[in-house]
Amino acid sequence: MVTRETLLEILESVKDPEIPTVSLVDLGVIYNIEIEESGVVHIQMTPTFAGCPALRFMQFEVERVLTEHGILHKVEVNFEQAWSSNLVTDRGRERLKSFGLAPPPRFIGEPDLEKLLHKVPCPFCDSVNTDLRNPFGPTLCRSMHYCNDCRQMFEQFKPV
Amino acid sequence: MKPEALKELIYKMADDLLILGHRNSEWTGIGPLLEEDIAFSSMAQDKVGQAQNLYQILHSLGESEPDIVAFTRNAPQFHNCQLVELPIGEYDFSLVRHFLFDTADALRWEMLTTSSYEPLAQVAKKFQGEIRYHVLHAKTWITQLGSATEESISRLQLALNYAFPFALGIFESSPYEKEIIAEGYFGGEELLKEKWMEKIKSVLNETQLILPDEKIITPVLGGRVGIHTEHLQPLLDEMTEVVALEPHAEW
Repeated sequence: MVTRETLLEILESVKDPEIPTVSLVDLGVIYNIEIEESGVVHIQMTPTFAGCPALRFMQFEVERVLTEHGILHKVEVNFEQAWSSNLVTDRGRERLKSFGLAPPPRFIGEPDLEKLLHKVPCPFCDSVNTDLRNPFGPTLCRSMHYCNDCRQMFEQFKPV
Repeated sequence: MKPEALKELIYKMADDLLILGHRNSEWTGIGPLLEEDIAFSSMAQDKVGQAQNLYQILHSLGESEPDIVAFTRNAPQFHNCQLVELPIGEYDFSLVRHFLFDTADALRWEMLTTSSYEPLAQVAKKFQGEIRYHVLHAKTWITQLGSATEESISRLQLALNYAFPFALGIFESSPYEKEIIAEGYFGGEELLKEKWMEKIKSVLNETQLILPDEKIITPVLGGRVGIHTEHLQPLLDEMTEVVALEPHAEW
């Protein structure tokens, strides 16, 4: 039977198709992993945004790597646990930043967007002298900002 | 469980989102500035995605597959309010509609997070996070343009006067209103409308725009029971153009 550690290692290879440095586990899109007594692995996934067009592809990818490793599995997508950007792991946050995306700030309770989207630290130069340009970006999960110090547009992975 | 009441509730919400999502997508490529082009396109994607999830819930209640439900009905079978089917017009109208509808939609999902019907409460929690961005976007532009230049203010005022009677149609009472409230599915359209009036007034108070007096306005009703303007069927024809070419194609 596959161990949890091995399983996590295998799943680490499945990245967000639009952010190839960050795995679905680190994003919190895979939010529950159970290994049944029979050895069947049960994985629960939830989309970052309801209209995410990459969701089905991500599910196929998870199923594909598990099949490749000969692991019997059941992969389910649901809303039982609504995704929140607070689920992104510390490693995920570092990797978002290294990809040039400002990581989502953590929040407690309901996010106060007017505060959270304000003065977002620039992922390139760490300056907070930045402005929100658009709460929408090239994908549903990103907002667009401008850094007044290094004078570049950058994107933030949205707090949700 | 009262499945007929529940289905009626979910159908109208899903249809609102699908139709407004389609209208928003018409801004793709022609937004007044690139960032607005992106914003309306993103909101379109969110709304169509949310609609799909609601059609999925309807499917679990015995209705056809989401694609069938979305793409094979004609106008009289749609339950959306008439506000969302109106053509995009000029940017001022689209912005005002976006503000009026999304403010109501955000409050609706907030109320639905405590729905006694668990699948609805689950998606409500999900959509709430997404709709917050739509409301923020609407509010930002309404407050800025609603107190900017003479032209921006008068354009928004005219759009508001035109859209408001249609917006009141969002809250058209359901034939199942009593069951919906009694079963705890949803707190009801009347309560939602009260919260909505309060919210839009508080935003408009930050601008020079004046909300038309509700007492002298006749709400435009009928959308919820399949009565639509002449604009819906052409929208559906366009939306289903590709499906109609090859109805059984596998994607």
